Amino acid sequence: MSQFAEVPLWVALIIAFFLVLGSGLTLLGAIGLVRFESFYQRVHAPTLGTTWGAGGILIASMIFFSVVRTRPVLHEILITVFVTVTTPVTLMLLARAAFYRDRTESKGDFPPDPARKT
Amino acid sequence: MSAIVLILALALSQFLLVLAMGCAVYRLVRGPRAQDRVLGLDALYVAGMLLLLTLGIRSGFTIYFEMALAIALLGFVSTAALAKFLMRGEVIE
Repeated sequence: MSQFAEVPLWVALIIAFFLVLGSGLTLLGAIGLVRFESFYQRVHAPTLGTTWGAGGILIASMIFFSVVRTRPVLHEILITVFVTVTTPVTLMLLARAAFYRDRTESKGDFPPDPARKT
Repeated sequence: MSAIVLILALALSQFLLVLAMGCAVYRLVRGPRAQDRVLGLDALYVAGMLLLLTLGIRSGFTIYFEMALAIALLGFVSTAALAKFLMRGEVIE
């Protein structure tokens, strides 16, 4: 904990703001995951955690390590880019799989096929 | 003063992230169908990764960053593989 004293107060306040913002948005997404009713609504909720949830905590980590090490520490950008690029891919795959399962079993209330022209 | 601010913010943020992991575990256990469970697992992976990053800030070691990167990679691969399994019934055809 000794290195916490090296951080100036205004930087500590900025870090605290981003930490609480990121974790609060992740918690909001998880609450949405519990409370929404159908799968197609629930699939939207965790994206809060993967965009600004991860973004806030990674920005806080970047600021903290840059101040403590007194040089720019930017390797957290790797996680940001990776999570931001892969989340839409996986959730899109998952939603297509769920849609395929619902359609072949014709149960549940699933949305109409977006690829079918009527 | 700044140490108190940082310690309080880290404790609050770890508490919120553990609550988020609890919500994801609830969906993982209760989820009515398989895709809900996969979605809960994905949210659990993300919240666990963020919890490791806050641990890294708390302890000052950057080794936690590498663990978080490994968890992000594994989370992507496992969710994509499970989605493929739900869609086709097998992962590698």
